[in-house]
Amino acid sequence: MRKLVFTLLCCLSLAAYAVPDPALVRQLAAEESDDKIAAIQKLALTAEPEALEVLQQLADGTLKDDKGEDITINNRVRRELEGALAVLKLIDPDVTVRFKAVKEIATNVEAAMAPMLAKARDRESEPKIRALLVEIHALATLKDADPKIRLAAANSLATSADPNTKAVLKAQSEPANEADVEVRRAAFRSYLAVKDRLTLAETLGRIFSGLSLGSILLLAALGLAITYGVMGVINMAHGELLMIGAYATYVIQSLFRTHFPAQLDWYLLAAVPVAFFAAAAVGVLLERTVIRWLYGRALETLLATWGLSLMLIQAARVIFGAQNVEVANPSWMSGGLEILPSIVLPLNRIVIVGFALFVLMLVWVLMNRTRLGMFVRAVTQNRAMAGCVGVPTGRIDTVAFALGAGIAGLGGVALSQIANVGPDMGQGYIVDSFMVVVLGGVGQLAGAVWAALGLGIVTKFIESWAGAVIAKIVVLVFIIMFIQKRPQGLFALKGRFVES
Amino acid sequence: MFRRNFIKATAVSIALAASGFASLPAIAADTIKVGILHSLSGTMAISETALKETALMTIAEINAKGGVMGKQLEAVVVDPASNWPLFAEKARQLLTQDKVAVVFGCWTSVSRKSVNPVFKELNGLLFYPVQYEGEELEKNVFYTGAAPNQQAIPAVEYLMSKDGGSAKRWVLLGTDYVYPRTTNKILRAFLKSKGVAEADIMEEYTPFGHSDYQTIIAKIKKFAGEGKKTAVVSTINGDSNVPFYKELGNAGLKATDVPVVAFSVGEEELRGVDTKPLVGHLAAWNYFQSIKNPQNDAFIKMYRDWAKKQKLPKAESVVTNDPMEATYIGLHMWKQAVEKAKSTDVDKVIAAMGGQTFKAPSGFTIKMDEKNHHLHRAVFIGEVKADGQFNVVWKTKGPVKAQPWSPFIAGNDKKKDEPEGK
Repeated sequence: MRKLVFTLLCCLSLAAYAVPDPALVRQLAAEESDDKIAAIQKLALTAEPEALEVLQQLADGTLKDDKGEDITINNRVRRELEGALAVLKLIDPDVTVRFKAVKEIATNVEAAMAPMLAKARDRESEPKIRALLVEIHALATLKDADPKIRLAAANSLATSADPNTKAVLKAQSEPANEADVEVRRAAFRSYLAVKDRLTLAETLGRIFSGLSLGSILLLAALGLAITYGVMGVINMAHGELLMIGAYATYVIQSLFRTHFPAQLDWYLLAAVPVAFFAAAAVGVLLERTVIRWLYGRALETLLATWGLSLMLIQAARVIFGAQNVEVANPSWMSGGLEILPSIVLPLNRIVIVGFALFVLMLVWVLMNRTRLGMFVRAVTQNRAMAGCVGVPTGRIDTVAFALGAGIAGLGGVALSQIANVGPDMGQGYIVDSFMVVVLGGVGQLAGAVWAALGLGIVTKFIESWAGAVIAKIVVLVFIIMFIQKRPQGLFALKGRFVES
Repeated sequence: MFRRNFIKATAVSIALAASGFASLPAIAADTIKVGILHSLSGTMAISETALKETALMTIAEINAKGGVMGKQLEAVVVDPASNWPLFAEKARQLLTQDKVAVVFGCWTSVSRKSVNPVFKELNGLLFYPVQYEGEELEKNVFYTGAAPNQQAIPAVEYLMSKDGGSAKRWVLLGTDYVYPRTTNKILRAFLKSKGVAEADIMEEYTPFGHSDYQTIIAKIKKFAGEGKKTAVVSTINGDSNVPFYKELGNAGLKATDVPVVAFSVGEEELRGVDTKPLVGHLAAWNYFQSIKNPQNDAFIKMYRDWAKKQKLPKAESVVTNDPMEATYIGLHMWKQAVEKAKSTDVDKVIAAMGGQTFKAPSGFTIKMDEKNHHLHRAVFIGEVKADGQFNVVWKTKGPVKAQPWSPFIAGNDKKKDEPEGK
């Protein structure tokens, strides 16, 4: 690596066009990793575009040996190869390619790279890449023979947010590794600064994952907040309505795959209304055939909807098979957004947080700004009186139940993007959904929101120090105790109609 | 919950029985019944459904070649629905009602532990096709998957080697039940014997069916950021693997930085995942689909043809994996043993099993140990490729004898290398 970097410096400007040495290319197919790595380094040294191409093919797994079989590489060779390619790509005209190359180099900085990095830094015009190069250059000069250079490097590393830098600075602040007191002090100061920044980043990351879990809980529970919270129907088939939404997403994805493969990335947008109406239609069916005969009889509703849930699960098994089906993230939801080197926010989760907000707005507007919402609230508060003033209570019940079911369908779309889609998937969410609604306070949409976000963040914080299994238990125990103390939940309905 | 699953499972088995057996050809009166006990629904269906298909395929293959001792085999399929107590019920049903001669089944160790007493009590015969934690040796069970020294230990040794990335810090990550807990106990003792400090090992568990791996990934990142090369050993089982690998890819944790080696993830589990961000992550098995030899080519072709004929979902992209091969080997070895014993009597078959050999798709002639009910198997370590297949980066020279009692657990040196009461 060391020699490679030096020679690369000389070669970068005088790249001549020539066919790469066939013997070296053949050596890439060698049995031993050491031979492969030697060949990679020699090829990289030539810095010829053709050699670069051969190496890129090797990295992509498309390079063939003499027998026409793919040459395979292991992680060690891949690391070496990516490092060599990154150095060659430092001068690429494309900003994103350069940025990726610098990030790659950052994972494996060596002292010998310092002059090359300095050169690249001085040439770099893009501020984002330049800042990164400054940091990497400082890392590379941290072991320099001159204490002044070491001191400057240790000082400039204080702005880093990379966990690797933290470890390096910590090592540098110990007498065993650093003779100069000044440098040790500077390294320790920088270490503390980086550590604080990382702790902050960690907390932010945790809050985000809590928000993400909260938004998923909210999407799962919002439909139930309408059917159970507002209408008082203990709907054990709620989880299966989520499942219907998820399967609707799967069906739309399959349709796009066969009919519009070019637009496959946008299948999710089409899936949103389809899932809503599919789940709402099933909701209407359930309400008209079973639930409406049981209003006011909680226990019978519970048993009947439980039976319905079994039937729906079995129907899904018959139609789609007992195995999970694959719902892929569209490409614009794959990957992550890097906030700091230590936190990457997955795009699918960001989109779902946004989607949860959108659904929440939708429900809020429907319930508070439309005539339908007013009717629903009126029927909930005083059924007899609402009927007296001409609200068609029976029809309103059906529409409200369909709305709750449709919202659950939307929740299913979101779940399909992060969890497995199978006939039993709803079972895992029914308990969580009831937890959110009961904790938030029955009859309160706002309560469900706070409960979902609260549960999400609390779960994630407990998980990070006690593990997922304990977190589940602790949260359940907490909710039981809370309900003991405050049976009406976080937010209670106030007013005269509560008693009725 | 239990009753609910029971009702569900019963409904499924009735449905299955109605749909599955009506299509089978007319069965001669004199058949040998073979039980198949794999979860076809629930969290483990992702892994176990393919094993049921493999068993049915192998039975069809054996029948086409004249059956066993001139009798046709008849499959009895039940669905224990990833519900551990239900495994015991279904096993009892297979042995007492259906009177099967042998059962092929189970994936998770907790399901095997649940059926063991049933097989012991009724003197049945179980072939268990999945790698597991060892620490058990039942007279009524033949283990065709790997013991820890045939999978877990070599995988960790590989990651410690130069080619494997010289890992110094270890994350032991698993689903919370007996297999991961025991395997990690063995690995912890092994790592300590290699001089790894307690502070350099992190152990984490998640429940079955867990789908939110954000915290775990963040923890791994933090652990790996504290200097020294880190590797992750994953014993996550079932469909949790899909969200785990999705999160791993999205969080940008690359195999060149922190390699993840999995013991329960093969070609089948990766079918539902975009494997491009996962290139280079590892799995250790005794078989990979990518192994090239005539037996394997024939095995893959047979399964593809079977999938097409049975119209399995996504039949054009079916894959083969290690437990499928183990099921295939097990059925053939059982046939050989029955023919040697000239009887399907359990005790006679058990006596005839020791020393059976079979030319397996993994390219080796596999032998059933004379005494300890385990196969001698070669170990392969593979890296995930962009197409979801594995590229073998390391293998043993030949088959390795299984050590069901790991020497890394205290007191095991006194235990006998054969089942009690044999």
